Amino acid sequence: MTDPLSPPVKKDPLKNTRMGHVSPGLRSRAARAMAVRAGQGRFVLQVCDYCCTATYPPRDRCPKCWGTLDWQDQPTGATVMTETTIRVTTDLFFKEHAPWRVGSVQLEAGPTAIVHLHSDVRPGDRVRMELKLDRGGNPALFAMPEKETPNMVDDAQYRTFTADPKHRRVLVTDGRGPVGQAMAKALLKAGARAVFLGNGDTTMRFDGEAEMVAHENVEIVPLNVTDTNSVTKLAHQLGGRIDIVVNTAAVTRQSGVAFGSKLTDLQAGFESEVTGLMRLAQGFGPAMSARSDDGTNSAAAFVDVASVYGLTGRAGFAGQAATAAARLALISGLRGEMAQTGIRVISVLTGPVDDVWHQHVPPPKTAPAQIAKSVIDALTRGLEINCAGDAAKDLFARWQADPFLTIREENQ
Amino acid sequence: MSNSLLSDLAGALVSGRVQMVDLTNTLSPDFPVIVLPPEFGQCAPFRMEKVSRYDENGPAWYWNNISMNEHTGTHFDAPAHWVTGKDVPSNTVDAIPAREFMAPAVVIDISAESAVDPDFVVTREFLTKWEVEFGRIPPRHWIALRTDWYKRVGTADYVNMQEDGAHSPGPDASAVEFMVHERDCIGLAVETVGTDAGQAMHFNPPLPAHSILHGNGRFGLQCLTNLDKLPTFGAMIIACPLKIEGGSGSPLRVVAMIEGKNV
Ligand SMILES: [Zn+2]
Repeated sequence: MTDPLSPPVKKDPLKNTRMGHVSPGLRSRAARAMAVRAGQGRFVLQVCDYCCTATYPPRDRCPKCWGTLDWQDQPTGATVMTETTIRVTTDLFFKEHAPWRVGSVQLEAGPTAIVHLHSDVRPGDRVRMELKLDRGGNPALFAMPEKETPNMVDDAQYRTFTADPKHRRVLVTDGRGPVGQAMAKALLKAGARAVFLGNGDTTMRFDGEAEMVAHENVEIVPLNVTDTNSVTKLAHQLGGRIDIVVNTAAVTRQSGVAFGSKLTDLQAGFESEVTGLMRLAQGFGPAMSARSDDGTNSAAAFVDVASVYGLTGRAGFAGQAATAAARLALISGLRGEMAQTGIRVISVLTGPVDDVWHQHVPPPKTAPAQIAKSVIDALTRGLEINCAGDAAKDLFARWQADPFLTIREENQ
Repeated sequence: MSNSLLSDLAGALVSGRVQMVDLTNTLSPDFPVIVLPPEFGQCAPFRMEKVSRYDENGPAWYWNNISMNEHTGTHFDAPAHWVTGKDVPSNTVDAIPAREFMAPAVVIDISAESAVDPDFVVTREFLTKWEVEFGRIPPRHWIALRTDWYKRVGTADYVNMQEDGAHSPGPDASAVEFMVHERDCIGLAVETVGTDAGQAMHFNPPLPAHSILHGNGRFGLQCLTNLDKLPTFGAMIIACPLKIEGGSGSPLRVVAMIEGKNV
């Protein structure tokens, strides 16, 4: 069993914060393709189109027959063959975290692999493999106990491959709406130490306010993402204490492009969802980057909750689809920047939210609690992208299979 | 020294015999704007983005881009703001003759009534009784309603939005008809977020101040401060809206000249 993770102790103010080293990024196209799938929570290996042999580590051609390779989901079973404890290394991150256990496993899918070992697994054990992203965004295999063990996810090595909210302090940017409030509740349930809940207008009451105020570990903070001054002020005040940012800002209005659009609504949407995201990234990104290896409550992730229609556009909601598309582009850029500092950047995509702005949209709609669940899932698994609800899952699957067809389907 | 009205004024300003009172709230991102039901277009609050401040974007200079609605902060309502004023001549801020920008004010103090009842309604009857006590409202004056509402700025009590809407004092139709047609006012000047009462959409007709003032070519001044620093009669208000092409209103600096007591 794993020792349960203790709440972090107060930092010694005379000690330097440990720098958040990350391993150098793997530059091969195959390694990056594996990383993309790891970010979706899939367990994949390359399989040869000719001899059907699965191969690892990622490469450009089949090592057996020189055939072309294709990514395929694989069974996650494996057996640990050997273990090694790394005590001395030139890698700056592992040096700080030594000793570090790795081992070789025989994958059920075929190949053997060098993998990171959970503290509860030993040579000879059957294990369940996970394909993870390391702090620098590189793919890595992690051997987990086959059956859940006590406090399994608290394993120190495993925790560096996730952004688990347990004991961490989270900023939820818009606490005035149902999504932000569902988020706060889900985070506390997942063990977050504190939730800072943004309130964009401190002089105007909002539904659910009393319930949020009553939560012992929720603190309502003034934050309006359309106001640079407000974001900067809060970042100055709390930047060094926030381990996870969850951006739930959303402005949903029905709109076409040439027909039935209101430019002021569109502008308000971009101010809040797009420029707002940049303000948050500029305000909180640097402070988080400096604390990515700061113990139990190290800064860990920046999560952006956006409409899945950013992938395709959407008839009737062209404005919001456009802001979501811009958010996806910004998040991709931010992920590249933050990978160099060990902070995970996550997109959670939602279908039509079950709220007042989608009253006329037929089901399936996405409940705020589903969005919150999807964010927690992405954090605890260390994902890069996750779909909340059936509508988003369905669209994402169609988009992966045929992006342009899906664009056509959603706009006609 | 030449002996003229303006040189007398200049002398009075220098000596302090005439003093300036700033009636303007500071334009800041958190200054409240009027709140409409969410499905309507919304009034944009004040926003400011730094362009440079002695940095790589401008090593020796500091400036900001700003954005807001025409009706954000302390602001002026032109007749075109309301549908009733859509055909009034010179009804936009760029077309209003400059002579309208300086006018005397009569200050009607309803602060005590408003403190007791945030929905206090000024009626024709209230105004005629007021005139018996303080004197007749002269023509071509701003009629300023002192509510001390400016002291609530920065709190939820300013817009005072409850589940049944906003609650703040204002006039009913009889009062506005009286101000416009019987006392020929320049306009109505208030400390609240609008010239109309918070609950005025339920009045009959709805929003009488906007409807009647602007339908008759009169103006509104809103979100003022410091009306308690003005005398009942004798203050001169200077309120020059920005010359926005076709503009329905404008944020502006509003000041009042008053005669000092100490000289
Ligand atoms: Zn092969």
